[in-house]
Amino acid sequence: MNYMIRAKNLVYEYIRRDKEDNVVDITTAINKVNIDVEQGQFIAVLGHNGSGKSTFAKHINGLLIPMEGSLWVDGKNTNDMKKLWEIRQSAGMVFQNPDNQFVANVVEEDVGFGPENLGVKTSKIWKRVEESLSAVEMLPFRKKSPNKLSGGQKQRVAIAGVMAMRPKCIILDEPTAMLDPGGRKEVMDTIRKLNKEEGMTVILITHYMDEVVYADKIFVMDHGSVVMEGIPKEIFAQVDELKNYHLNVPQVTELAYELRKEGIPMPKAVLTVEEFMEAFEKM
Amino acid sequence: MIIIDHLSYKYKDVVEKDEYALRDINLKIEDGEFVGLIGHTGSGKSTLMQHLNGLVKATEGTIYYNGEDIYESDFDMRALRGKVGLVFQYPEYQLFESTIFKDISFGPKNLGLPQLEVDLRSYQAMRDVGLSEELIDVSPFSLSGGQKRRVAIAGVLAMEPEVLILDEPTAGLDPRGREEILHLIRKLHKEKKCTIILVSHSMEDMADYVQRLVVMHEGRIVLDGNKRDVFAHEEELCMLGLAVPQVTTLTNQLRKKGYTFTKDILTVAEAKEELLRILDKSV
Amino acid sequence: MIRDITIGQYYPKESKVHQLDPRVKLAGTFVYMISMFCFHRFLGFLFVSLFLGWVIKKSDIPFSYIVKGLKPILFLLVFTMVINALFVDGHIIWSWGILKISVEGIRKAVFMGIRLSLLVLGASMMTFTTTPNHLTDGLEQMLKPLRKLHVPVHEISMMMSIALRFIPILLEETDKIMKAQMARGADFETGGMIKRAKNMVPLLVPLFVSAFRRANDLAMAMEARCYRGGEGRTKMKPLEYQQADYIAYGVLAGYIIILMIGLRYIPSIWTIVG
Repeated sequence: MNYMIRAKNLVYEYIRRDKEDNVVDITTAINKVNIDVEQGQFIAVLGHNGSGKSTFAKHINGLLIPMEGSLWVDGKNTNDMKKLWEIRQSAGMVFQNPDNQFVANVVEEDVGFGPENLGVKTSKIWKRVEESLSAVEMLPFRKKSPNKLSGGQKQRVAIAGVMAMRPKCIILDEPTAMLDPGGRKEVMDTIRKLNKEEGMTVILITHYMDEVVYADKIFVMDHGSVVMEGIPKEIFAQVDELKNYHLNVPQVTELAYELRKEGIPMPKAVLTVEEFMEAFEKM
Repeated sequence: MIIIDHLSYKYKDVVEKDEYALRDINLKIEDGEFVGLIGHTGSGKSTLMQHLNGLVKATEGTIYYNGEDIYESDFDMRALRGKVGLVFQYPEYQLFESTIFKDISFGPKNLGLPQLEVDLRSYQAMRDVGLSEELIDVSPFSLSGGQKRRVAIAGVLAMEPEVLILDEPTAGLDPRGREEILHLIRKLHKEKKCTIILVSHSMEDMADYVQRLVVMHEGRIVLDGNKRDVFAHEEELCMLGLAVPQVTTLTNQLRKKGYTFTKDILTVAEAKEELLRILDKSV
Repeated sequence: MIRDITIGQYYPKESKVHQLDPRVKLAGTFVYMISMFCFHRFLGFLFVSLFLGWVIKKSDIPFSYIVKGLKPILFLLVFTMVINALFVDGHIIWSWGILKISVEGIRKAVFMGIRLSLLVLGASMMTFTTTPNHLTDGLEQMLKPLRKLHVPVHEISMMMSIALRFIPILLEETDKIMKAQMARGADFETGGMIKRAKNMVPLLVPLFVSAFRRANDLAMAMEARCYRGGEGRTKMKPLEYQQADYIAYGVLAGYIIILMIGLRYIPSIWTIVG
């Protein structure tokens, strides 16, 4: 089997040192993490702040190098420094704060930044910029200053900036944490569209449960380890366990779960309002 | 009591054209109320909140605080800032002192209180937000995000405000952090008898915590009333790009299918109770 | 309040001036600035003002917006003028202790005032009409020969471009932090110089912290997008001279010639300072 991403026994520790270089404190950010992602999948990594999910994300495009274990992106090991730029090109990354990832003052120039770094020919850069901006439906804003965009629009441009590098997968590190509900929806719709229509492999790092309803597979992280993994139906069925990891399930999921506890024959995991209606009416 | 009387605020945009950020706002907030304020980004909610402690001055209309016109020339604006505490969005970004205690003391010190009183209030505020005493001499910059936010909130609480305004106090926090902050706010409302004005994007939080709900859109107040009455306007809220809690959507749809509910449902617990009642009857 | 600062900002329009090659604009600004120090006559200022006015008109930017750019330097402007007016020797028309106002002083003050305003307006015209990226591209191209002397030309221009990009964000942030501290009773408006400076600490510390955090985030985002310095980079918008650029160079040459002729042949009856 050819995996897009394959993480094996990944370990990473943050080491704090004092002025004399003595180790003061070691925090194990991720501990023996194994995650496999297939081409074209929509993967979600869930966890509260400090669970290690962002540290894991930074390993995928070589911003962090594992202290133990290995991670392969499209068959390339991130320990191999010679492959670093190839890896960063094939695994693009979108960050949390929409303001702090813009390099240029005009939307289209920012989208062009990645391809410029890759040494793509000028005429091809323009083509890529146009394609990526239309993929996220931001083409009409190409001449605008990023400061004039809403949070959701900024994140869509950031996604276009990554798409223009023609990556094989895209990692989004809490892309909606700083957005309002409208912006969150925009970004989530864009991500789903890229996955469905362009076949892009997506790895979404988040703590919002409602965003992962449509994922192909979910990994839940806590204290640096993967503690749950499975398809949404399997994960959402374990409401109590999720609450233990400080994750909130959508209200309908909780409601169905509560009804089941009272002996009502609701299905094990209800993810959306529609599913709830359907199940409820059958009774 | 705060009375906002025909308040408008306009500013000049880039081409010197008048733009209204707020238009003819009328609002009366009684002592001890817990008010929620919703509206999407740019609806004017933050601007309105900044009027309440005199940071922004209205271009038309006025505000009465306990019967006094705050724009009268002999009104003590400095004292007002102490009485109406405003916690900004991402308040942890305003921390600046070398220790947590010093940072919290900044507000009461500015009120010109005697040192002993400053220390007492700061100490009390630290306890109120649940920061342990061991942290007194710790640098605020070494804390986690959620804890930094507590310090920032304590900095406002230490002024012992009569009215506490919080602009999206849970933005960017994970579910656990959100819950902790919201519980804290509820506690302050109950124990300190503070008037609370909470600005938030989360309808679920609003349904759980506030009593009264004010909805803003394009600088105007469009809905104002008991939260249950406001959430009854699902269609109107949707048209404004806002939502209602998921269980409210669910029960509204069930109602359309012919099920009868005794009241408008806002929380999972309420929905559970009603659905059990309905199922009981049909068995 | 602080957001009113317009210096260094790009004003998006599709005018002829906006579309010029940044190298032309850089050269033009350079010539313009040098030229300001070449004459001491009102006639010269009249000519320069006319030239600047013509460029402003061509740029399609509202005049009021450009004048607003002078606001932040108002203090500097008044200060320079007052100092000049009070301390230049000459034919004294008023005096009080060591302070004296002379005819020459007033002349010098007016002269400095006009010169400073024209300098700032001219320089801000360049930033109004050129995106920071374009500007740094131009700079990078023009300074390329310095690379042989191991001057990190690309890195410098990249740094400048990013600094310009973050100016509006940091200004907005300043505004926000200021308000947040004022909500905690901070006072930025009253008191003497030392007290005021001290009162700035609650503003400056969070601002620096935030700037570093942003810098950190941005560096990571750039690395994630394969940025590794200027080596092997291509350009989305490479600089190529168009016809309009050659015409602009022509206009610039005309400007220099007229000034030189003016300096040489027009009698110096309107000289302000000898």
